[in-house]
Amino acid sequence: MPSLGADMEAGTLVEWLKRPGDRVARGDVVAVVETQKGAIEIEIFEDGTIDELLVAPGTTVPVGTPLARLSGGAAAPAPAKRAAPPPVAPVVAAAPAAMPAKAAAPTLRETPASPAARRLAAERGIDLAAIKGSGPGGAIVSADLEGTKTAPAPAAPPRRGLDLDAMRQAIAAAMARSKREIPHYYLGTAIDMHRAQRWLADTNATRPPTERLLLGALLLKAVALALRKSPELNGFHIDGTFRPSAAIHVGMAVAIRGGGLVAPAIHDTAERSLDDLMRALRDLVARVRAGTLRSSELTDPTVTLTSLGERGVESIQAVIYPPQVAIVGFGKLVERPWVVGGAADGAIAVRPVIQASLAADHRVSDGHRGALFLAEIDRLLQEPEKL
Amino acid sequence: MTEAEIRALVLEQLGNIAPEADLSAIDPAAPLRDELDIDSMDFLNFVIALHERLKIDIPELDYPRLATIDGAVAYLAGKLPG
Repeated sequence: MPSLGADMEAGTLVEWLKRPGDRVARGDVVAVVETQKGAIEIEIFEDGTIDELLVAPGTTVPVGTPLARLSGGAAAPAPAKRAAPPPVAPVVAAAPAAMPAKAAAPTLRETPASPAARRLAAERGIDLAAIKGSGPGGAIVSADLEGTKTAPAPAAPPRRGLDLDAMRQAIAAAMARSKREIPHYYLGTAIDMHRAQRWLADTNATRPPTERLLLGALLLKAVALALRKSPELNGFHIDGTFRPSAAIHVGMAVAIRGGGLVAPAIHDTAERSLDDLMRALRDLVARVRAGTLRSSELTDPTVTLTSLGERGVESIQAVIYPPQVAIVGFGKLVERPWVVGGAADGAIAVRPVIQASLAADHRVSDGHRGALFLAEIDRLLQEPEKL
Repeated sequence: MTEAEIRALVLEQLGNIAPEADLSAIDPAAPLRDELDIDSMDFLNFVIALHERLKIDIPELDYPRLATIDGAVAYLAGKLPG
């Protein structure tokens, strides 16, 4: 039984995905273990053939207990079964994808099942809620799906309950990978927002509520335009190589009520007008809340924008979402004393100020580039009418 | 529209924005942003819904007056004829 965290003392073997006699290769998922953190797929660390399964499904054993005996590997006799961390989100999409959607069908959300069974059910179009589980606590395991008839292709994808636990796991995997692999550097700057705020107030004063803009739309556009001059911050770091993206699809971090977060793309952000971006934002937030995101929105973000100012946070040091290479953060708009004018005739004025921050991948860009990027955002926000 | 009807409408719209919230448990004099964890997008949607249902203008400058349930009810009652 591998240790899947410093606080884990025991785990319950939910399901074997291999049988005695099966050949296995390093990295294969061989079993599912239920822990306090949920069901975890266990990968094997060596090549070989499974001789014997030592722990039966449903059994809880302490960490360190051998689960199976392996032979034929390069390494000699010992079972030497070690767990890798849970599979890491290979692409940005993995986290949101693990997170189907909100509302509806609470039964589905509460159906306990192993990850392998969920995957199998998804492949075969089987409704897990209709299956009786034989695993621990009635959890559905792959064997329960044997002989189950495949449902006819549904006319529309079924709406599912949001699996916050699965999302938490996916976020954990992506963030752990980010902190493990990406050498972040962090920069921050305070931006005088009085012009942007005044322009926004003047603009909205003449508009009905349906056509009003939020500050978030201005920030989104400024970030996207600034990225045009900083291609090292827009793209993906995959297999040791940076692949810049010609398109700029800013992923907007949107908190999900009840917990969790998703950062779907607003496509071609730099090309779109503020009004268009505002419509897209409203639509996106509504669909995040309703759980009707599109797959391309989950797979396409080339950079992420996160804003926590609404909750009073003044500055953010964000974690990059791999394989992206940068994340931009904005804090709360606060009134601050601000020096205006030159050194000789300067004065102190009260100005609305926002903290913009950048976390970027040092394998791809340097602080100098990041600083230019933040300065460009500042410059753009001083001319809101041109955004 | 009576005040009770306005209050019911306000609660209905807030329920659309925060479906998981127990609106009966919310202090009508406390800031909605804190009580319901709503952000500026939620608040804009709230204003849009009130605007569309009641056919009244709600300028941005008046937003602070809608910061609580009681405040919103009083504001809307003052805006509506009769």
